[in-house]
Amino acid sequence: MLYTYLYVILLSSLKSKPMKTIIVVGNGMVGYKFCEKLAARKESENFKVIVFGEEPRAAYDRVHLSEFFGNRDAKALELAPMDWYAENKIELIVNERITDIHRKTKTVTTGSDKTYTYDYLVLATGSSPFVPPINGVEKEGVFVYRTIEDLEAMLDYAEKIKSKKTKGRAAILGGGLLGLEAGKAVMDMGLEPHVVEYAPKLMPRQLDSRSSNVLQLTLENMGINVHSGKATNRILGNGAITGMDFGEDDTLEVDMLVISAGIRPRDELGRTCNLEMGVRGGIVVNDRMQTSDPSIFAIGEVALYNQMIYGLVAPGYEMAEVAVNQIVESYEVIMRAEIDMSTKLKLIGVDVASFGIPYMPADKGLSIIYENKTKGLYKRINVSHDGKTLLGGIMVGDAADYSILHQMYLNNIPLPDNAEELIVGARGEGGSAFGSAMDLPDTAVICSCEAVTKGAVCCSVIDDGNETVKAVAKATKATTGCGGCKPMVADLVKESLKTLGKTVKENICEHFDYSRQELFDIVKLRGIEDYDQLLDEVGKGHGCEVCKPLAASIFASIYNETANRQETIQDSNDRYLANIQRNGTYSVVPRVAGGEISPKQLMAMGRIAKKYDLYTKITGGQRIDMFGAKLHELPLIWEELIAEGFETGQAYGKSLRTVKSCVGSTWCRYGMDESVSFAIEIENRYKGIRSPHKFKGGVSGCIRECAEARGKDFGFIAVEGGWNVYVGGNGGANPRHAELLAEKVDKKTAITYVDRFMMFYIKTAPPLTRTAAWLEKLEGGITYLKNVVINDSLGIAKELDADMQKFVDTYKCEWKEAVETPEIRERYTHFINSDETDDNIEFVSLREQKMPKEWA
Amino acid sequence: MIANLSTYESVTTEEVKVWFKAGPVHKFPKNGGACIKYKDKQIAVFNFTRQGQWYACQNLCPHKMEMVLSRGMIGEEDRQPKIACPLHKSTFSLKTGENLNGSLDAIATYPVKVEGETVYVGFME
Repeated sequence: MLYTYLYVILLSSLKSKPMKTIIVVGNGMVGYKFCEKLAARKESENFKVIVFGEEPRAAYDRVHLSEFFGNRDAKALELAPMDWYAENKIELIVNERITDIHRKTKTVTTGSDKTYTYDYLVLATGSSPFVPPINGVEKEGVFVYRTIEDLEAMLDYAEKIKSKKTKGRAAILGGGLLGLEAGKAVMDMGLEPHVVEYAPKLMPRQLDSRSSNVLQLTLENMGINVHSGKATNRILGNGAITGMDFGEDDTLEVDMLVISAGIRPRDELGRTCNLEMGVRGGIVVNDRMQTSDPSIFAIGEVALYNQMIYGLVAPGYEMAEVAVNQIVESYEVIMRAEIDMSTKLKLIGVDVASFGIPYMPADKGLSIIYENKTKGLYKRINVSHDGKTLLGGIMVGDAADYSILHQMYLNNIPLPDNAEELIVGARGEGGSAFGSAMDLPDTAVICSCEAVTKGAVCCSVIDDGNETVKAVAKATKATTGCGGCKPMVADLVKESLKTLGKTVKENICEHFDYSRQELFDIVKLRGIEDYDQLLDEVGKGHGCEVCKPLAASIFASIYNETANRQETIQDSNDRYLANIQRNGTYSVVPRVAGGEISPKQLMAMGRIAKKYDLYTKITGGQRIDMFGAKLHELPLIWEELIAEGFETGQAYGKSLRTVKSCVGSTWCRYGMDESVSFAIEIENRYKGIRSPHKFKGGVSGCIRECAEARGKDFGFIAVEGGWNVYVGGNGGANPRHAELLAEKVDKKTAITYVDRFMMFYIKTAPPLTRTAAWLEKLEGGITYLKNVVINDSLGIAKELDADMQKFVDTYKCEWKEAVETPEIRERYTHFINSDETDDNIEFVSLREQKMPKEWA
Repeated sequence: MIANLSTYESVTTEEVKVWFKAGPVHKFPKNGGACIKYKDKQIAVFNFTRQGQWYACQNLCPHKMEMVLSRGMIGEEDRQPKIACPLHKSTFSLKTGENLNGSLDAIATYPVKVEGETVYVGFME
């Protein structure tokens, strides 16, 4: 009796949750997104899911299809491996097509005549390329651009053409987004591309005629030929295509044609089972993504919503999300009434973006247009008549501002007074016309592919502790679609961390959970000798380009070792003891302490520069830079320079550059003291010392300050009764005057103070921070610094003095070391298996000298 | 000769038809790279000693089309081995060639094998 009772309960509990079956027809991006969204819901365990795909592989990323040409790697385009379906208990049946839907019995039959029963049917059959009814489209060599199989067939055909002739030509019918992608694809196949567009301009749906012109110019410069306003009458050829006929004797000879003339929804299944259809195709859906049969859903490019077919990924994903919610009974989630069709993409390397109303009638608003054909730039924003609201815009050539403009448009953010600054930049220095991404409302959708809001990104940082863009991307999926929102997400992560009182973590990188200062102390206290040991003892993994040069700087600061010992952890400049220039050649800068150079030395430099055909220029630091040396020439040049008495100027290192001086009391009638002698002495004292960033000095003989000593990391100015000592200045992007550290002190004291200041900075500053920025952040500022340096408030003055003296005593010229040591010299060859030099280097002439050829 | 990206196409181990003798192991600095010439190609070869692995890729950085990658620093990011270009620090996976910190074209990668004291790089032709 009891058992029967239990049995009944068990049975009824099972009955109350019967497994329901969802059949998904189509395994494209949207079909896959439906599976992904469903699998992420805990309700998914109540459903059995069967997915049918007619292609032989699992769902892949069609948006990036043209990358297949670059790498031929179908796996790289995969959205999820086959195992993913099994892990999520989804049955994936590929190579199988659904041929009929029987609504009465809720069953579908397949091409191989099997029958499956469903509770819910999701149609995600997508679209097929529209092939216009042109006479001759059936000829050999005419392709559509849609699937990996299409691409493979095109590749094979292109090979055939190339085996027959050298200059094969391919035309693309259709100058829309996909058509231009296809143009790039055939160009990569080694064929001459010709894009044929029926409309008078390229991308007629997204661009106005001026921006379309700019785009056309840019593409033509890249070698893509454009024929607009051409209606194709006939495809010529006997069996295989040989050309296209546009009527009136206007023809184009081509060996291959790719049709990319838009899409048509693949709605045959809906039609044959009598679902409500659009007049021009597409299965009609409501805002729940339901078709006229409530148990059948349609999503993606097969669905007709608001009388429109949406050919973009983002709306398709949103439809998938809505359908999932409806099926798991979260009925409140429905499709928005208005779908944002804004897009930003990189087309063959050219930014193209449009948002809102890209072009509009004059009665709706006004436009601000910036066009620069010399640079291939076009920007247009449309604003309301009162100038307060952004209605839409277009960008070609540079779409860096797209994200913020798009957000301003979506969120109705009031425009600044000078709306033109939104596209041409503020006139003041470095100013931005709009605030930071943090000013956006929480509801602002930052990542439209995955519909992630600003609120979700910030919460992920603040509440869930995801402190890097990568972690946020993993948690929220933001940035994982097209990736266009990455800069904005990075800003939000940084700003959110700030609100937590965490300035972005000072950890060096993923290999060391320490700041530079911590690592400095560790190396010193434990006596760690090289980078490998450092990684093994206190780091993890195998290092990177961030921690390697930083560690190199620390080793140099503690052991005063030259860059020659651990050469592969050095920045490229340090590794080769020269500054790499635009074309991969190097510049050579010998030390000219204090800017004092004799005629004999000048002539020696001139002779050597002439011998190696180097471009010469006086630097800002009163020395001479010689440019254009090839890697293998460096030791030869230095050998000669050293023979003439020169030594390295460390222009390549994060180290002392120069100590600039005026001519001082030796010649100047105003001079209070010998600034040149002092500059030479101090430059020779600090030369070669590695530090967190480069540093410079200056010595002026009087308060007229001709040496600009206050614009340097340290500076001395001669005054009545001694030297004034200044620290923490710099020129560059954010000029800052140095602050007074001590007044009217004698030379010896002045040097001691600067010794301590430099040593204190070297030990405590974060990486790549000049003294100015370091001093600005130092708590207590100059007063605190004075206490440490002058009053020895930390009790470290002796140590600082000794450390500096050690530097001075152990200095050696690393170029001398390099030319005299055969193993080091050997590093200076372009090829290790050939004596040839790099034939990629090209120079052009410039005012009787030479310069590298311009970058394309 | 001015470099052309189309000269470089990734090769997988299975596709190798020619194992080119690139040089003796000691010519490749530990945890660093060196450049070799094979026909009209410049190939950067990296001796990732810490991982006990060798990698090879085109020497041409697709950013500004300069032959410099062999002079860059190697490292790893999320366990993925990478090379940082010495000019502007674009980083590329040494396994897939993909640009890790931007949207540049992927670089071509080539298989490497070491037999005894000799390093070989694999090509299709």
